[in-house]
Amino acid sequence: MLKDNRIRIIIGHYGSGKTEFSVNYAVKLAEEGKKVALADLDVVNLYFRSREKAEILEAMGIRVIGGAIKGSGVDLPAITGEVLTPLQDKSYEAILDVGGNPQGARTLGRYHSYFTEGEYDMFFVLNANRPETATAEQAIEYIVKIQDVARAKVTGIINNTHLLKSTTVEDVMKGYKLAKEVSKETGLPIKYNVCLETLVDKLPEEIGDNVFPIKLYMREEWML
Amino acid sequence: MTKVLMKGNEAVGAAAIAAGCHYFFGYPITPQSEVPEYMSRELPKVGGSYVQAESEVAAINMVYGASGSGARVMTSSSSPGIALKQEGISYCAGAELPCVIVDMMRGGPGLGTIQPAQGDYFLATRGGGNGDYRLIVLAPADVQELVDLVMEGFDLADIYRTPVMILGDGMIGQMMEPVEFKYQQRTDLPEKDWATRGKGKGKQKNIINSLYLEAEELEKHNHHLQAKYAEIREKEKKVEVYNIEDADIVITAYGTTSRIAKTAIAKLEKEGYKVGMIRPISLYPFPNEAYEKINDNCKGVLTVEMSTGQMIDDVKLSLNGRIPTYFHGRSGGMVPGPEEIVEKVKEILGGGK
Repeated sequence: MLKDNRIRIIIGHYGSGKTEFSVNYAVKLAEEGKKVALADLDVVNLYFRSREKAEILEAMGIRVIGGAIKGSGVDLPAITGEVLTPLQDKSYEAILDVGGNPQGARTLGRYHSYFTEGEYDMFFVLNANRPETATAEQAIEYIVKIQDVARAKVTGIINNTHLLKSTTVEDVMKGYKLAKEVSKETGLPIKYNVCLETLVDKLPEEIGDNVFPIKLYMREEWML
Repeated sequence: MTKVLMKGNEAVGAAAIAAGCHYFFGYPITPQSEVPEYMSRELPKVGGSYVQAESEVAAINMVYGASGSGARVMTSSSSPGIALKQEGISYCAGAELPCVIVDMMRGGPGLGTIQPAQGDYFLATRGGGNGDYRLIVLAPADVQELVDLVMEGFDLADIYRTPVMILGDGMIGQMMEPVEFKYQQRTDLPEKDWATRGKGKGKQKNIINSLYLEAEELEKHNHHLQAKYAEIREKEKKVEVYNIEDADIVITAYGTTSRIAKTAIAKLEKEGYKVGMIRPISLYPFPNEAYEKINDNCKGVLTVEMSTGQMIDDVKLSLNGRIPTYFHGRSGGMVPGPEEIVEKVKEILGGGK
């Protein structure tokens, strides 16, 4: 697990669960004792961003990099120069939590020179329960469009098919099936199958050993 | 149909199209910009039209025109943008034009902030524009209910020939939740024989207008509108009620806040408190009878809002002094947590269960 390249770029369709995956990934790296930086590059949507959880994450020793201008109500596409720190300082394990869709991936253009082969991974987060990435054809269209804007190749697929707290094994397996199709068409490996911690034991063996158990950090107690 | 995962704002668009709305006129504003974004992408696929107007004022007047021709039409915005639309909304109400207006409320007053709030309750339920009119105002608490109410909203608008407002907040608009499209269109929809669709030979021409040149006629029109609102009050109240026969305290809240209140109630019940709940789903007509049914031994009714206290006025009117009322509110984009509601209840009950 987590033997990925030092710079991990998390991209995908808007609402696929990139932030929840990024936050969980950062926590797992921190638990392994790594020096972790999570850069929130989402300037597309100002709700449910990883920087909202900065306090919890920083308490775990994770460096959270948010906007250049402080304020939860700042509706500006402002990214701080601090993002360069974990890209340049190789002692960091870096996670870039990118905004949704090709529009969100535009922020990556500025860091193009750091995305050299073998130095980075770019993971496409796939949720088969999102109507716009419900088929392999739709998902591949997003992969191609985001790659074009990011000027970097996707290196793996994250099956993150869920229905929030009401996710079932069937949801995860539906996503696994779709991820396999996308993998076959594109040649990209399925890096992780994301699954609520509580469901992990119920998954069938065929899914393999790359199951990625998560907690829902971004959902408040009263949310579904 | 199986459930899919949608963001509230996308679900508004999908629900409107499923309800046969092929026209949308709007202007982007956080936290509802995904509605126009979705409509701009999806309406051309169903042969509909999306126009990004030059302003909110223009958008609501485009709604007026499309509705006058008999089409199902929607606009959406967030608080400051909804404030701008008020003139047009009053005109729609006066000319009896069915339409759906979505308000994903954000913190105010003024430009305020982009975070969720419920400070537009007065604007929505009292008529933010000029004159004696009311809107049907529906307040969803989750994305599924948002879908259902948008779809039903189009039916209610057509049945009563009146604008319907969906009053959500930034949280409902931005939140991702599982939804399905299962609402069945009502079968009692009237013909739109009043619409200006070309009159044909020999027929009386239809006129869409809110201007009256004789005071007597406008007063008559006002009486007609009031009779319609009375019928709406009689037939269209929607409310969720929980345990008010037995409760020592009743919490009342709508939309996002009601969900947080429910979590607080679950916590309080674990500690042995008897807590009831009234969740108005229609804010106009306000479900006043639900409050009349609260047991006489109830020690208080706590209104929780993401405002400094607006719905509480309707709660007080409904209770008519029978039970003491209390208030807990957050504003400016702050969302209350379940714990602070728990604390407030304990404070009111003075530690007595």
